[in-house]
Amino acid sequence: MTAAVIGIALALPTGLHVLLQNAQQISGSWDGSAQISLFLKKSVSHRQALRLARQLRKRDEIAKVSYISREQALQEFQQQSGFGDALKALTKNPLPSVLIVQPALAHSQPEQTAVLLEQLRRDIRVDVAQLDMQWLKRLYAIMDIVRRGLLVLAGLLALTVLLVVGNTIRLAIQNRRDEIVVIKLIGGTDAFIRRPFLYTGFWYGFFGAILAFIMVYTALLLLSGPVEKLALLYHNSFELSRLDLDTTLILLISGVMLGLVGSWLAVGRHLREIEPG
Amino acid sequence: MIRFSHACKRYPGGYDALNQVNFHMPRGQMAFLTGHSGAGKSTLLKLIALLERASRGQVFVNGQNLAKIKRPRIPFFRRNIGIIFQDHQLLFDRTVFDNVALPLIIAGLPQRDISKRVRAALDKVGLLRKEKVYPVTLSGGEQQRVGIARAVVNKPPLLLADEPTGNLDPELSREIMHIFEDFSQVGVTVLVASHDLDLISQLPYRQLTLKGGRLVADTDPSTQEQVG
Ligand SMILES: Nc1ncnc2c1ncn2[C@@H]1O[C@H](COP(=O)(O)OP(=O)(O)O)[C@@H](O)[C@H]1O
Ligand SMILES: [Mg+2]
Repeated sequence: MTAAVIGIALALPTGLHVLLQNAQQISGSWDGSAQISLFLKKSVSHRQALRLARQLRKRDEIAKVSYISREQALQEFQQQSGFGDALKALTKNPLPSVLIVQPALAHSQPEQTAVLLEQLRRDIRVDVAQLDMQWLKRLYAIMDIVRRGLLVLAGLLALTVLLVVGNTIRLAIQNRRDEIVVIKLIGGTDAFIRRPFLYTGFWYGFFGAILAFIMVYTALLLLSGPVEKLALLYHNSFELSRLDLDTTLILLISGVMLGLVGSWLAVGRHLREIEPG
Repeated sequence: MIRFSHACKRYPGGYDALNQVNFHMPRGQMAFLTGHSGAGKSTLLKLIALLERASRGQVFVNGQNLAKIKRPRIPFFRRNIGIIFQDHQLLFDRTVFDNVALPLIIAGLPQRDISKRVRAALDKVGLLRKEKVYPVTLSGGEQQRVGIARAVVNKPPLLLADEPTGNLDPELSREIMHIFEDFSQVGVTVLVASHDLDLISQLPYRQLTLKGGRLVADTDPSTQEQVG
């Protein structure tokens, strides 16, 4: 019972943490997430534009560059804008050629993208460099809030675990009151009396963490099917990441620590109240 | 071994359970502590075992002023005293062997020494055959002997017994007292609280008599002298 409560209390922040990790990954891998549009100067010829595209493709921090020539741009615009006939009246193509730059995954943090944008803007062939990352900034801000919320939640649940363990140990102490009195009578130290209760707290924390692991693992397994289907709809192959080793270790360690600390506090508080005499 | 110097014990609530008690018990002596119920016998034993502390005056055990022993040191002090209670204070979910072994486990003795000494203690009280049974299956007299075995298993120089024969018939009571005499003979200091005057007066040992918290008589048949 105690282990189950601890398990749930540990599973909640762990599960949220894993989901957050996944959200981070999605936002990073989102096709066209932070793409940079380079509007080239009118003086840049078709061949020069293609050469610039080739140069850019060689850079590590760039994953993909697509080239839209002035003619293509005009066509697209005519088709999509509905001003087709009006534009036909123009004698000169008013549109610049465009390079769409897709930053590489490993370099898609907002700060890194901003640096890249600045570099591209300084290229003399580039007229205007534009980045659509407003929504990405918002997403990161939201994730930051969620992360902070997660910390607060984890703190509150840690406190819950302490109280649950403390209460269980308090009951265990009361149940073994006679034994504690006898041990004190024949010269048992507080440390000697404390030891079995610390073991109890340790195992509660340990099994709580194991339960939490099983719960989160199962939940992710259940989620992964639908998520992959959803990703497929967006032509996006995305696999929900499982509990990684770090998270599992932290989960185990915090479970055990909370069990130990909770029982230590409970024993400290209640042992003195039991005195023979 | 034990010295009381103007020792008083006032319980919370203002009741004086002991009042200006003075006496000295040399090492190796056996003595009885008598008096009516409520006279303060248990309180006096509790002061010796640091289960209570004197409100005024001093208590010395083995030359040590008990007022100077701080709380964390109390367990180590108690390991030098074997205490026997009227209600035995046995653990009923453990075998006789495990009950008697407890003081040695607490003291951190290795397993092999524990078995040897537990058997020796059980042998002394005549319960060697019962080491594997649980205390509930034993008679009152046998339970009391388990309590004695546990008190002596780590060979303390001082034994305190509070009404050890309280619930026993005269025959069994005499047997228990004989066990105490045996320990006294090998140099252990023994102080037994009892109001069983019939039994005590048959035995040739010093008697300290309490009345209303005061020591009113101190007789010792072996020296034929009486101290007030
Ligand atoms: N913990 C206590 N709190 C208050 N009064 C107590 C306590 N223990 C004993 N007394 C009182 O002290 C007196 C002496 O008690 P006790 O030493 O147990 O006497 P005895 O063992 O000779 O029967 C009694 O009147 C008893 O009610
Ligand atoms: Mg009494």
